[in-house]
Amino acid sequence: MYVAVKGGEKAIRNAHKLMARDRRGDTSVPSLSLKQVSEQLYLSVSRVMAEGSLYDAELAALGIKQSRGDLIEAAFLMRAYRTTLPRFGYSKPIGTAKMLIRRRISATYKDLPGGQLLGPTFDYTQRLLDFKLAADGEAPTPEVQEFEKEEVVPRVTDLLNEEGLIEPDESIAPDAPVGDITREPLTFPADRDLRLQNLARGDEGFLLALGYSTQRGFGRTHPFAGEIRLGEVEVDFFMEELGFEVPLGTMTVTECQMINQFQGSASAPPQFTRGYGLVPGQGERKVMAMALVDRSLRAEELGEEIDSPTQDQEFVLSHSDNVQATGFVEHLKLPHYVDFQSELELIRKVRKEWQEKREAAEQELIAEAAQ
Amino acid sequence: MTASSLKEQSPEIAARQSAMGILAKASAQDLAETWKNLGLEPNYTVIRPAEIGFVMVRGRAGGTGAPFNMCEATVTRCVIALDDGTTGFGQALGRDKQKVLQAALVDALWQQPEHRDLIETKVLQPLATTQEQAENETRAEVAATKVDFFTMVRGE
Repeated sequence: MYVAVKGGEKAIRNAHKLMARDRRGDTSVPSLSLKQVSEQLYLSVSRVMAEGSLYDAELAALGIKQSRGDLIEAAFLMRAYRTTLPRFGYSKPIGTAKMLIRRRISATYKDLPGGQLLGPTFDYTQRLLDFKLAADGEAPTPEVQEFEKEEVVPRVTDLLNEEGLIEPDESIAPDAPVGDITREPLTFPADRDLRLQNLARGDEGFLLALGYSTQRGFGRTHPFAGEIRLGEVEVDFFMEELGFEVPLGTMTVTECQMINQFQGSASAPPQFTRGYGLVPGQGERKVMAMALVDRSLRAEELGEEIDSPTQDQEFVLSHSDNVQATGFVEHLKLPHYVDFQSELELIRKVRKEWQEKREAAEQELIAEAAQ
Repeated sequence: MTASSLKEQSPEIAARQSAMGILAKASAQDLAETWKNLGLEPNYTVIRPAEIGFVMVRGRAGGTGAPFNMCEATVTRCVIALDDGTTGFGQALGRDKQKVLQAALVDALWQQPEHRDLIETKVLQPLATTQEQAENETRAEVAATKVDFFTMVRGE
């Protein structure tokens, strides 16, 4: 049992002051503005929005600045902020087919309708440190090209669906309840809506490692990146007072459709199966990992043998949240004096008993030898 | 009645939604500028003061399947009433109270027949043009990154 401590206010205050001074760093260097963070470190901002489960780039930038760039601490700050304000309700599900696309690639089809749009990517760079960027950092002007305006860019999965080669998305009643792990604690087995919510806010590093493990043979899923898209989607919200849906503006999201090994049964012909990833902001590695893990977690539904960590719902979903994880790991550094005191007493007692037993045994041996 | 069937039945609602969409999408700066250019200073009462909260944004499994909760987003909203009782609703992602207040005023004025044309030409059209230009610029820049890979023949 954890027994709290009290006192130490002055030292704590001084420690926080010292932290704030260190956070500021060399004062001859200008202080970071939130705009600088949100504009120039957008991928960090995206990660904090996803893992903090709150879409607001400026707040994420503040979290990053306040936490000195500790992204898990920043996600923690976002989660705490979430609890301070009311929730107006739930949006209408966003339509990623109608995205203003900034990047869209498929590793499965070379020529797909709408084309392969590389967009702003690190792919195909040589990963050489760019000393020119260190020197000035001026942005080049992007090239432009004529385009055909398409309201809807078909998904790769839709193309496969036309031939019946891929499992379609499960259709459900429009008024079916949607689980929400921020309102109800997670219980097992968890349905896919809860799993996806958990994964969308899960730690990128944890999901990356799990996704990687499935590729290396721990629960093989034979994945192909069917499609990855990045861009802006509209968010619509039903207003009770008005009786109709109102648009709230656009948000940036990244989506991944993973296409996985076919399977079949006596009743269903073999077809590709799917994993899905979706996060706020620009988080390509995260959505790919999420889609791999989502697919693995469907093992039971698809009648697969469960023999790998990534197929184990309870293992994955109970450990994916880095705010929870860091809370439990890091609480170990808080004073545990009373707990430890009792452990000390216990171990002293056990050692004393052990010592006495040993001495008694020795005496017996000596006595035996003397006979 | 579902929202979509309402929308089909009422072109008035569809037009208002479209106006609200333009206002929500506008940057606070652009909206403030067009509002200033409009030069109207209507009397109004605040029905619901600008309030910051969250909306839980949903996605769909696989893109078209069952809905799930992706993450929350900050939203600010407010409601005002003009002197003749017309209520205006302002709401947008983010935390800008000034922006949603101006959006609510524009929404109310738009509903008044004597102001609609003015709002359309002085506020909504300029904002929509700016937004479309920005979107087309994005499309043009992205189009320049369209790639055609050639598959190598094995053994070549």
